[in-house]
Amino acid sequence: MQQMIEELATTAQGDMVINVGPQHPSTHGVLHLLITLNGETIKNVEPHLGYIHRSIEKMCESLSYRQFIYVTSRMDYLSSHINNHGCALCVEKAMQIEVPARAQVIRVLMDELTRLASHQLWWGALAMDVGALTPFFHAFREREMINDIMEETCGARLTMNYMVPGGVMFDLHPNFQKQVKAFITHFKGRFAEYDELVTGNIIFQNRMKGVGYLSKEDALSYGCSGPVARASGVSCDIRKWYPYEVYPQVQFTEVMETEGDCFARYMVRMKEMAQSLSIIEQLIDHIPEGEFQAKTKAVLKLPKGEFYSRIETARGDFGVYIVSEGGTTPYRIKFRSPGFSNLSALNHMAKGQKIGDLVAIMGTLDLVIPDIDR
Amino acid sequence: MFLKQYISDVYQGVKSLLRGMRRTGYYFTHHKEIITQEYPDNRDTLVLAERFRGEVVMPHDENNEHACTGCTACELACPNATIKIVTRFDVTPEGKKKKAIDTFVYHLELCTMCNLCVEACPTSAIKMAPTFEHSVTDRSKLIKKLNRPGSKIREGVE
Repeated sequence: MQQMIEELATTAQGDMVINVGPQHPSTHGVLHLLITLNGETIKNVEPHLGYIHRSIEKMCESLSYRQFIYVTSRMDYLSSHINNHGCALCVEKAMQIEVPARAQVIRVLMDELTRLASHQLWWGALAMDVGALTPFFHAFREREMINDIMEETCGARLTMNYMVPGGVMFDLHPNFQKQVKAFITHFKGRFAEYDELVTGNIIFQNRMKGVGYLSKEDALSYGCSGPVARASGVSCDIRKWYPYEVYPQVQFTEVMETEGDCFARYMVRMKEMAQSLSIIEQLIDHIPEGEFQAKTKAVLKLPKGEFYSRIETARGDFGVYIVSEGGTTPYRIKFRSPGFSNLSALNHMAKGQKIGDLVAIMGTLDLVIPDIDR
Repeated sequence: MFLKQYISDVYQGVKSLLRGMRRTGYYFTHHKEIITQEYPDNRDTLVLAERFRGEVVMPHDENNEHACTGCTACELACPNATIKIVTRFDVTPEGKKKKAIDTFVYHLELCTMCNLCVEACPTSAIKMAPTFEHSVTDRSKLIKKLNRPGSKIREGVE
């Protein structure tokens, strides 16, 4: 009772509670934030989830090991390829399927293209969040080229369902190499434009620098992963720590910053785009010949046991945990989505900041709500 | 010292803004760089990728014959119960009973275009078509019958 009275008293002193969302443009989806304000300063941010909960984990329990992969495209739709890849990896690990070398290279190429497309969209959306509309169209112009490549090879633009246990669904389209090379030359010219328009802009830098600080210890304790954690100096790239497919053979650096503010997270993603480009460049001329899919049985049955695999999506560490009882459908599936852990750090980062900066902090967290809610 | 820093900051700030404005001005005067397409005015010139997955179709040849044996592999492969196959038994001239499809029901409204049915088909009887304009006025119009009236299975397909 005493506590309630105290709460009422503080509210009477001028605290204001406002709702952002669930249908607010800057939340990138149906995220509901309950913000307690003191003047313009944020005292508390409470995210309310559940508006786009589809119980994907429960749905997967009634689907076979070939069928459940397509559902995961609907979680983190901006890196749907990588989600599918993570699920395929887990099934392959459990069944000990050897993936052909060609399929491995195709998978990595597709993953990196997806990462580029995701970061491009994030870049445009972030600039739009902080008040610049033009970069959004620039980002979508380049993203459209990647979507065209995906459409030609995979048959779809956003939810590709290209990964199957044992390889990929189709062979590469004959135009693939030509198209990707055209994209690389085009994008390299435009990438400088990105810096000219946004990175060097004084207004943008003032909005970003020193805002939303997350220390290394906090990033670790909140379980952040991906660019959010790497901007705080946590080395957590799954591609380096637990390499899968052909990542050990390619040269790339794990991009790290130590500032931990919004601008550091921005720079990590911008540099990651350059790293993805370099990985694609290294692999595009060295796609080995051979099978694109390993021979697998029509009905997959996982042995009894528990299996876990992890993969680096555009947002961080994506984990797939399968409990099998030896049947054709999983007994239990759990997905560890990077967005959920990254969002949990929002309250800590936003406390004491101005309300206008909240949008910048959320923008640099790169939230995809269906990934958080599943 | 403070004043010097202040003036330098202002100078750098204005410079960065002008650099961005130059890029904006470039696109303002270069109309060829605009890449938006006017849909639906571009329907005649619009080229979709051959692998584009728009809907499931069953190709028929000139004799109104298809390759579907009614094995229901696609029905089992579908995660959303999009396909329902109703089979019947035809009597061949030799007096034997042969399984054949009566109706191949395809629910477009349930389909997510995952391509698993096409992958599962042993006789390549169905494929994905590159169409994308599926809007209709009534939901029941989305339930399609893929085998044409009077069609039968192609000779030699088992």
